[in-house]
Amino acid sequence: MDLFLQQILTGLANGSIYACLALAVVMIYQAIDHFNFAQGEMAMFSTYICWAMIHAGVPYWLAFFLTIGISFLGGVAIERIIFKPLHNAPVLSHIIVFIGLLAIFNSLAGAIWDHNIKTFPSPFPEGSFEGLIGMHEVGMFFVTLLLLLGIFAFFRFTRIGMAMQAAAANPASAELVGIRIGWMLALGWGLAAAIGAVAGMMIAPIVFLDPNMMLGILLYGFAAAIVGGISSPGGAVAGGFLVGVIENLAGTYLPAIGSELKLTVALVLIVAVLLFKPNGLFGKTIVTRV
Amino acid sequence: MNTGRKLTLALAAVAVMGLASGSALAEKKYGPGVTDTSIKIGNTDPYSGPAAAYGLIGKTIAAYFDKINKEEGGVNGRKIDFISLDDGYSPPKTKEQTRKLVEQDKVLLVFQGLGTPTQSAVHAYMNHKKVPQLFVATGASKWAQPKKFPWTMGWQPSYQTEGHLFAKYVLANVKDPKIAILYQNDDYGKDYVKGMRDELGDKADKLIVAEESYEVTDPTINSQVIKLKDSGANVFFNVSTPKAAAQAIKKVRELNWDPLFLNNSVSNSVGSVYKPAGLDNSKGIVSLQYYKDTTDPSIQGTEAFKKWKKFMDTYFPNGDQSSSFTTFGYLVAQTMVQVLKQCGDDLSRENIMKQAANLDMHPDMMLDGVDIKTSPTDFFPIESMQPIKFDGEKFVPIGDVIKGGS
Repeated sequence: MDLFLQQILTGLANGSIYACLALAVVMIYQAIDHFNFAQGEMAMFSTYICWAMIHAGVPYWLAFFLTIGISFLGGVAIERIIFKPLHNAPVLSHIIVFIGLLAIFNSLAGAIWDHNIKTFPSPFPEGSFEGLIGMHEVGMFFVTLLLLLGIFAFFRFTRIGMAMQAAAANPASAELVGIRIGWMLALGWGLAAAIGAVAGMMIAPIVFLDPNMMLGILLYGFAAAIVGGISSPGGAVAGGFLVGVIENLAGTYLPAIGSELKLTVALVLIVAVLLFKPNGLFGKTIVTRV
Repeated sequence: MNTGRKLTLALAAVAVMGLASGSALAEKKYGPGVTDTSIKIGNTDPYSGPAAAYGLIGKTIAAYFDKINKEEGGVNGRKIDFISLDDGYSPPKTKEQTRKLVEQDKVLLVFQGLGTPTQSAVHAYMNHKKVPQLFVATGASKWAQPKKFPWTMGWQPSYQTEGHLFAKYVLANVKDPKIAILYQNDDYGKDYVKGMRDELGDKADKLIVAEESYEVTDPTINSQVIKLKDSGANVFFNVSTPKAAAQAIKKVRELNWDPLFLNNSVSNSVGSVYKPAGLDNSKGIVSLQYYKDTTDPSIQGTEAFKKWKKFMDTYFPNGDQSSSFTTFGYLVAQTMVQVLKQCGDDLSRENIMKQAANLDMHPDMMLDGVDIKTSPTDFFPIESMQPIKFDGEKFVPIGDVIKGGS
């Protein structure tokens, strides 16, 4: 029983890692209609920026919010400088640039801050609940939910959020009603980078900070986003928790899977959801008129 | 002149020439890259890329050969020409650089190539070309196959050897042991587990109560550690690389689990594992060592330490003296020099391998009781290690050197 409870709680803790990053993935997808493969590395780089500030003596919360601001501007800058000229290029060119960015951020972080793992401070108290789940994991759980609420409100209740969705879903019509598509894209990039930064700063205290921190996590983040529904932030978070818990329970109680095939579980989930419910468990079905 | 005399003369000439070359053979025999005044030795190390920290080893070796050249005029009158190339820890690059060393630079041998994946990429090539691939800097056990790969030899204790020694330590020090193992799911992890299982023999299935693996891509290993704790084990054998090791240490303490914590030497590092995991959390961790720790005050009075310190100050003044890599480089370079000394004037590739397989030495800075021994059938130079315990600041030796032999 103890084992069962612990595996569920650890699953939820891992789930909030995946969910956090999945939110950034959904955000960028809402804005540009693509997966950004560099999302994880951008988040890792933001986390290093925060680490460097804290290391230089900046108080945690100041560094935290500064990092979010810097990441936002960084995201906007990437869109304006790199993607604006590529606006009409085919999808493949975009993907190549995503992969290029991934490699650039990864090597840059290694070159600047070396490859040794670093401790990243947690804003939450030390210790754990009865050895069952760490305080940081609990705190992170709530940060993820807060983030989700914020994103939900942004898309649902603000004009700019609506405009952004319109720009992604139907650029031509959106432009006709006076939405500046280009800046909507840039804003989407900025927000995704900012959310990624929060995700990175929440994840790093658990997995330690190093340039390869996000490689594995991004896979799970994609799984979470697809399982939950790529168009739905709530679905992505639910997807993250689901992937985390299923992965742990399958690894513990199905001898055929064990720890060796844990990652496979996440990938099988992706395939299964795409086969039977292509819009995800919580996603909207998008109907396009032809 | 009749043909008979001509023939006799010719025969005599041939005989004289044969004699001359015969005696020359007995005195001097040179492989590629050797002259009367120099020996070319090649090497690949990661001076850039993710494993660049290891580059310190190559730099230390270069400094040591520099010392030998300047202070002793080289080995047997021949200066060592050390060509060390950067492979960035990338196997295709290793292949390219090694080829360059062998085919363009025409080195006598390649020494201390670093990394299991990188050296695996040239393993077959070196043996096919019959060029010594000496004392590779990796702990995989595959370097010790004198029959199948007679041109390759490792140096440091292999992961399997270490697994054997940890098992011996547990059997001698823990009453009624119940062992839980966390290992990385690849050759490196499995080598350790195999070593431990082999040493435990029939008792392995009884004493090892849980085994969990993880993938390098796993974000955390928490789920695995929880399962291992649940097995009721009182010994935790951690076979993981620095990041997962730091996570494991943190998780074990968080779960209020208090097993005998055995940590593999791969992640036995204060700076990159115990500090991130928390020095307090890391107290009491037991690992194995075979050379002296330069930061340990108790060895700083020894003759070996003074010699090492003088070498570092003179030939590698900006090298990190607290890093174990500089000690490692110093030790392995001494081994190479010993092989060259034993070769005398027969510097053929065959003789290099013959002498490398005929070592019995104790280099400076090696722990007392740990020797380098090889034979034509034993390509494992170092097979003994000493248990050490981390006391929250430094390592403290506990108990005698454990002798292996497999």
